[in-house]
Formats: sequence, C-alpha cells, structure tokens
Amino acid sequence: MLEITEGSFAVAEAVRLCRPQVISAYPITPQTHIVEALADMVANCQLDADYITVENELSALSACVGASAAGSRVYSATTSQGLALMFEVCFNAAGMRLPIVMTIANRAMGAPLSIWNDQQDSISLRDSGWLQFYAEDNQEATDLHFLAYRVAEDHSVLLPALVCFDGFILSHTYEPVDMLTQEQVDTYLPKFTPYQRLDAADPISFGMYATPDYYHEFRYETDNAVKRAKDVIKNAGKEFGTMFGRDYSAMVEEYRLDDAETAIVAMGSICGTIKDAIDEMRAEGKKIGLLRIRVFRPFPSEDIAQALSKVKRVAVLDKDISLGAKGAVALEVKDAMYGKTIPVLNYILGLGGRDVRKKDIAAIVAMVEKGQGDQFYGLRKEVL
Amino acid sequence: MALAIGCRAKPGKSRDNKTGSWRVFKPFFDREKCTKCGLCQTLCPEGCIHETEEEFVQPDYTYCKGCGICAEECPGEAIEMKQEEK
Repeated sequence: MLEITEGSFAVAEAVRLCRPQVISAYPITPQTHIVEALADMVANCQLDADYITVENELSALSACVGASAAGSRVYSATTSQGLALMFEVCFNAAGMRLPIVMTIANRAMGAPLSIWNDQQDSISLRDSGWLQFYAEDNQEATDLHFLAYRVAEDHSVLLPALVCFDGFILSHTYEPVDMLTQEQVDTYLPKFTPYQRLDAADPISFGMYATPDYYHEFRYETDNAVKRAKDVIKNAGKEFGTMFGRDYSAMVEEYRLDDAETAIVAMGSICGTIKDAIDEMRAEGKKIGLLRIRVFRPFPSEDIAQALSKVKRVAVLDKDISLGAKGAVALEVKDAMYGKTIPVLNYILGLGGRDVRKKDIAAIVAMVEKGQGDQFYGLRKEVL
Repeated sequence: MALAIGCRAKPGKSRDNKTGSWRVFKPFFDREKCTKCGLCQTLCPEGCIHETEEEFVQPDYTYCKGCGICAEECPGEAIEMKQEEK
C-alpha cells in the first residue's frame, strides 16, 4: 500500500517487518529517527525484539556481534563518526561471518565536523567484507533491507550488509513508499537459520586467531564469499521482482544508456537528479545515459564493463574521495574498464552536503566532452 | 586442518593446532652433555619436552614454538638453538 512517509520511518517499518530479534544502536544525526522509531515499536509491543541500549557505537555493534553469534537476526543503524567508532568491530563481524544488517544514513566524515550528506563514511569501510547496497530513493532504501537480509543470511554468503541511503536527502524526506505487508515479507524472508550458534551445551568459539599458516587463506575465503553474493543478489533480487513487481536482480541500473555517447556513473540519491538532467539534455539531442551502481560490494566489474562497452566517454561522480588518489567509485570503474580505450574521468562533488543540481550535471557533461576531469567539481575559488 | 567458516572452533583445540610451525629457532639436544637433570622439562612453557625410555629428554617438535627457554636455562649448555629453514 502506498503511503507518504519519511525515509527514516519507512526504513524503520521495513526493519520491523524483517522481525529482528535483537537491535542495538546509538542515536546519531541523521540516523536518529530510524532507531527512535524502532525503540517506540519495541516499547509499544509492535516488535518482539530485545532493544539493547548502549553507551556508544562500539558497544552497539559489539552487542550485535554477540547476539548474531548467539543465533539471532540482528539490526543496527549508524552514520559517519558512529560508523568510524565501529570500525574495529566491523572487520570482526565480517571475519566471523555474521549476517548483521545495518542501515547507514550517509554523512560526511569529520574533521571538520559536518552533519550533512556525502558517502565517505560507508565507502571508507569498503575493504572490511561487508556487502554494500546504495539506494536511489526511499522505496529502494526500504526494499533493500528485505534483500539485504536474504543475501546476508544465505549460507553460501554469511556476511554482514550495509544498506546505505543519503542522510537528510532521503532519510528526512517524505516520499510515497509502497510498504509490503507482514505476510508478504514473511513469505520472502524466512525465519533466520544460523549456520552455527553459541550454545553452552555445545561450546564453540567464533573468530579464533589464525597464524600466518592460515590467515592468508581466511581472507581468501571471505573474499570468495563476498564474490559469491553476486549470484545470490541476482536470484534474490529477481525473486523480489516476481513477487512484488520491483526487480533488484541487476547490481547496476542502466538509464537511457542504449545509444549513449556519454555515460555518467554514480551511486545514491544523486541519480534522481542525474536522470532529470539526462531527460533535459536528451530533449536537446544530446546522447547521454546513466549507469547507476546499486551494489558497491561485491563490485559489479563485469556488469559495468559490459554496460559501458559502447560509449565514447565516461564521467564517474563520487561523493567521496580516497585522499591522495581519486574517488573510490572512479578507481574501481577505471579498474573495470582496464584495457579499453574509452576515457574514464572522475569528478568529486557534493561533499559535506553541497547541493548537486541539474545544471551541475550538465556542466560535468560539458567537461567530460572536452576531456577535462579527474578533479574536484564546483570548487568555490573565492575561499581558497 | 581445514578452515572453518568464520574461524570458528570447538574447545580443546590446542592439540590440533600444530604450534611447531611458529618456530624460527629449533632446539637440538646433545646427549653427550645432558646430565638428565630435567630442568628443561620443568621450564618448557609448552610442556612439550618429554622423557625418553633411556631417561633422556626430547622435545616434541610438532608443538615446540622455539622459545629457547630450555637452551637458556640448561646448566650443562647441552641445548643449542639453530635457525630452521622451511
């Protein structure tokens, strides 16, 4: 049923429908509305879960690791500095192969302090082994939680997953969202079956230490698990489409890319703006298309190389930067396009909440056509 | 030992972990010099030095980590640590 709701409340409702048994989180802007709404649901007996209140994010994710190892479906949410405080536990959760799902309301990293949106927080976790999904709008942010649990808990994957949606731009925006019913979600997402669990009657330790004789192989196995998630996402996304009409089988979305000469590559809510800008440029006869990356981990290199094989030039837009190198998305798109002669140029934009408008997209298209790129876009020269 | 998903292990696995692979220096026992005092056996932190039938002492290289305490403490300097090539 379609309802007009705030992004955060839609996500909280989706999480409720996933029937998590343990939630542990610490409020931080712009994630706060999600965990407040879930706390209300637990207090009002609308959700049968243990809500563990903690003193910070390090403890929140640590509680989630314990609860997941004990065999519970587990949920958390955070952003920015909160995610940074979880960093150590994030690698442990992935290495212990615990299918925790966590929402990230994407926000810039300090210093300087910024509560506004970019994607630096979750991007900085790219090497940890967590699956990463990026939503364009609140409908997708909602649906990706069902998909994330399905994929994370699949016994061929067994990895934690981040569902990322842009802070404020989506989290605090009211949009129509088609919310599934409990019956529909129960059909799509069966009860959590842990692969193994902590049990005093049959003791087991998780994430034991590995000597140099074994560690190397453990990273290899975890890498394989992340890569195996590709097929699981494709199948679970297709099944979602068959059941509810919204197909998430593709890890990338192509928009007017068929005959495009210039392709834009981007992730998240900025893609809505890009689609509108493309429509306007198409009306003027310019052949522009968008390739939106929905799944950043595992990285869909083959799909990207295939989708961009016929364009003349590529502009990769990053709301993040690996300082001293380039935007993280651009680095990986360039890797996917290795050996091809198509120029791939990078534009860093929208950091710390800087608005990105349709005219900015048109300006970037003009730049990539002239071969200008691999730079920050829209710098205010007067303050430098 | 095959890898377990998430590096998970049942208790009592120290016998399964062949810690001998950690070793850089390997102790060699000289029976000419050994007086069978048993100090090395007492001090070995791994508990892997055992008495042989002839009452000499011999380390179990499957578990010996090569810490060198036995060689350091041997009053007769009967134990020599040699770098091990793997």
